[in-house]
Amino acid sequence: MKDEISREERVDNLKGMGCSRKRVEDARFTQGKGNYVDDVKLDGMLFGDFVRSPYAHANIKSINTEAALKVPGVLAVLTAADLEPLGLHWMPTLAGDKQMVLADGKVLFQGQEVAYVVAEDRYAAADGIEAVEVEYEELQVLVNPFEALKSDVILRPDTVDENGKAVDGAHGPRNHPNHIFTWEAGDKDPTEEVIANADVVAEEEMYYHRTHPCPLETCGCVASMDKVNGKLTLWGTFQAPHAIRTIVSLISGIEEHNIRVISPDIGGGFGNKVGAYPGYVCSVVASIVTGKPVKWIEDRMDNLMTTAFARDYWMKGKISATPEGKITGLHCHVTADHGGFDACADPTKFPAGFMNICTGSYDIPTAYLAVDGVYTNKAPGGVSYRCSFRVTEAVYFIERMIEVLAIKLDMDAAELRRINFIKKEQFPYKAALGWEYDSGDYHTAWDKALKAVDYDGLRAEQAQRVEDFKAGKTRKLMGVGLSFFTEIVGAGPVKNCDILGLGMFDSCEIRIHPTGSAIARLGTISQGQGHATTFAQILATEIGLSADSITIEEGDTDTAPYGLGTYGSRSTPVAGAATAMAGRKIRAKAQMIAAYLLEVHDNDVEFDVDRFVVKGAPERFKTMKEIAFAAYNQAIPGIEPGLEAVSYYDPPNMTYPFGAYVCVMDIDVDTGVTEIRRFYALDDCGTRINPMVIEGQVHGGLTEALAVALGQEIAYDDMGNVKTGTLMDFFLPTAWEVPNYETDYTVTPSPHHPIGAKGVGESPHVGGVPCFSNAVQDAFRAFGNTHTNMPHDHWRIWKTANELGLHD
Amino acid sequence: MIPAAFDYYRPKDMEAVLSILAEHGDDARVMAGGHSLIPMMKLRMADVPHLIDLQDVPDLSDIVVSADSIKIGAMVTQADLIDHAGLTKAAPILREAALQIADPQVRYMGTIGGNVANGDPGNDMPGLMQCLDATFHLVGPDGARDVAARDFYEAAYMTDREDDEVLTGVTIPTPQGGYAYEKQKRKIGDYATAAAAVQIVKDGDTCTFASVAMTNLSDTPIYSADAVDALVGTKVDDAAIKAAIAAMLDDIDPSEDNRGPVAFKNHVAGVILRRTIERAWSRA
Repeated sequence: MKDEISREERVDNLKGMGCSRKRVEDARFTQGKGNYVDDVKLDGMLFGDFVRSPYAHANIKSINTEAALKVPGVLAVLTAADLEPLGLHWMPTLAGDKQMVLADGKVLFQGQEVAYVVAEDRYAAADGIEAVEVEYEELQVLVNPFEALKSDVILRPDTVDENGKAVDGAHGPRNHPNHIFTWEAGDKDPTEEVIANADVVAEEEMYYHRTHPCPLETCGCVASMDKVNGKLTLWGTFQAPHAIRTIVSLISGIEEHNIRVISPDIGGGFGNKVGAYPGYVCSVVASIVTGKPVKWIEDRMDNLMTTAFARDYWMKGKISATPEGKITGLHCHVTADHGGFDACADPTKFPAGFMNICTGSYDIPTAYLAVDGVYTNKAPGGVSYRCSFRVTEAVYFIERMIEVLAIKLDMDAAELRRINFIKKEQFPYKAALGWEYDSGDYHTAWDKALKAVDYDGLRAEQAQRVEDFKAGKTRKLMGVGLSFFTEIVGAGPVKNCDILGLGMFDSCEIRIHPTGSAIARLGTISQGQGHATTFAQILATEIGLSADSITIEEGDTDTAPYGLGTYGSRSTPVAGAATAMAGRKIRAKAQMIAAYLLEVHDNDVEFDVDRFVVKGAPERFKTMKEIAFAAYNQAIPGIEPGLEAVSYYDPPNMTYPFGAYVCVMDIDVDTGVTEIRRFYALDDCGTRINPMVIEGQVHGGLTEALAVALGQEIAYDDMGNVKTGTLMDFFLPTAWEVPNYETDYTVTPSPHHPIGAKGVGESPHVGGVPCFSNAVQDAFRAFGNTHTNMPHDHWRIWKTANELGLHD
Repeated sequence: MIPAAFDYYRPKDMEAVLSILAEHGDDARVMAGGHSLIPMMKLRMADVPHLIDLQDVPDLSDIVVSADSIKIGAMVTQADLIDHAGLTKAAPILREAALQIADPQVRYMGTIGGNVANGDPGNDMPGLMQCLDATFHLVGPDGARDVAARDFYEAAYMTDREDDEVLTGVTIPTPQGGYAYEKQKRKIGDYATAAAAVQIVKDGDTCTFASVAMTNLSDTPIYSADAVDALVGTKVDDAAIKAAIAAMLDDIDPSEDNRGPVAFKNHVAGVILRRTIERAWSRA
């Protein structure tokens, strides 16, 4: 048979790895044809919504539901008393703590769920909420973790013994009733000794403020209990549908095969949709009680005020160096505000997530980290928000400490980074706080970035600007923000990563159809990442069928193989690896079939783009389409019919993407207004599957980084009232606020990942926040600034300028 | 974000509007674009059992530009203001200010009548109307009456309009000289941290007329007569601008919110006013 088209065309037709294939999801999203949880409409469906606490800390004296039950359309009002006989008034959190489903005698944060009203429609539910009478007795509010650790007020009486003494928690001893855990990494005494004897020590305290992932779609679910067949179907905004199924089974007692969890299209997650919320539990209970489907959908205020927040880390650092700038030691202590319940979404053994990546991209021989978790009267959560488990905090910490050390040394911050980078030949690199970095080439990336932005030119321009400012010629300062980050993603190896005992492997199951198309199902779930596009590309390259002929399906636990879901940039490192491995199983069988059809030995054929060819005789081949048909329809001795494969992938290590970012910013010292003149982002995520999707991820992550650095926060007043509960005050950038981003890359494949990919979704956020922040801080360096806390909104920048005497 | 039940009315003429208002008193509210009232209802912060939609009431959407005055109907949207060439020529400050209100989607629905009648100190049009010395036209059970914009605002959400009256439009004398509307905000769609509106007339190199108003720096929009006095008769040099800023700062009374503390707001108010004066003067 004569080959009709060139090899190059065959590669193009495949739309495999490395091509900017257009996103197959976008046709439906851009036409309003997505199917989100609120689009799920079932016959007889009821609506549930919460009575929420207006107080941050109060005893509940009484709840009177009589008037609410008289509201037309209201069918039931659930309280903790109703859930207690079922053992569902509390539920386990992902962090080994427990959390009230409905207020059990007291409330611990503003917006806490107090009662659940079930009604025939949303309007009746809202009217019912208004009619529920709750009598509160206000208690002293603790919104500051340092005060909480000194206070006599016991926030969680369920965590102390009869003498009021804290009992041990899920992560060991607790030293105060409001203390949750102490977690340590590294070597305390040697680190303290190195720092005590060092020539140069820089110290800084920084607060990484509380913020919120704020996905455009809020959280919600539809629970439908079929009392005839005993099967519960639960649609919802779940970033980890299988984990939700297991948790629901464990806490409800319904056998796992009788639970079907479906994540439909999800409008952004960013960590906010990993955990289990009272809304899910109450909706399931309400459906069981009423025998009807029950829908619960948060509004924006519910989402911002009560579902999983991010950050809220008070970090205290010391970094030591030689006079030449070689770092010798790093010490970090964190006071972590976890709110009223410890509902952090972290692997079980890591109550402070991967904060111990805080030595960053630098060869730091000695380091120590301690984190104290604290209860306060704030909402629970502590999710990643576009970072793998506290990596944003870790990278912010080290990238600020580097800047502070540069100031102490009176040294250029780019040069200080350069002389401390882990060298290419040091990989795999064992960091002082325990992680083994898989691969990296930091110097190459850094040099490329600095050259791209003409770093020396920027510094010269900045110096001139300072002169002009001092001469009264301008009121605008110029900041050059640098960051070099190392991410740790792809959780993770089952040997050290599990959530509630569920190992953090992931999976892919592939079925090739006889005509040479395919469906692949994964344990992950896209929330906008474009899995249907990119996973098909991995498979296309691995199995030689066009990506356009491969359907990717996720999110239905009745059909998809078990996996731990999508967060922490784990989909490509873990499920992407499973996809490649499953594809290779397909290819191995295809090779045997091809050899049989070509009447040669198995080892005499080799894979070439979309076919197996006889070695040395490329005109003799069988395409994967032909092989697929034969697999089903031709009796081949010794080979079962069919062409399917499944792979469960337990990664041997995490992956370590990295990048170099530079931000150039002008700051009006009189108004605090910032203008981002330039933002350059170089990402190294290993093998690049789809450059266009990567660019989109970088744009999105940088925009969320800009938000966090420049104004986005969940702020509380002293009474525990949320001051930023709507999008008027909670900063969500639009196209107006977002600068043009220049993206760039280097490629350092992961040595242990089947295709060398490392994940990229979180990198721009992790690296972006310190870059934007460093730009602000750098603008004021010439006037004596060492550190100011984020968010750098107008008035805080103005305050910095004011305190530095720039308004005099 | 689910409102309490309400009755919705869409009367065909003003007479019907007034009779519904007369019947239900302060249980009824008229709605123009609805971009302030509906969110308040959805948050259950405004209880409006009877909601009267003005969009079918005729003669409320006209822009009439005459030789010495401009009349704008209450239902004219911000987008209409921006798109009206004759208006832009006669009073360019209106377009400059309207472009800084919220975002395009809001501007397609939000109206000048709703913006000025609501009494929200964050709204931009009330301050601008102070600057332009507008007259507001009201109609009620006792007929029509006019109120000077500078006499209209009493406190946040409290105005001279009675519950049974409807604001039907505004008239402004055709502005003279240079103009500027400057607004500092945290992001698109935000209310002002500080905003200033200035019209100024230059004769030779001397200021012969000025008007100065500030937005979102008190519980009402602020017309600063003392700032005007500080400018008129001067060459609008640094000393005059400083005097105007000092006078304006005596007139405003900002409060702390998420935009920042009082000291910051006062500082920014001064900076913004200086820039507004300088830009208006450069155009005079």
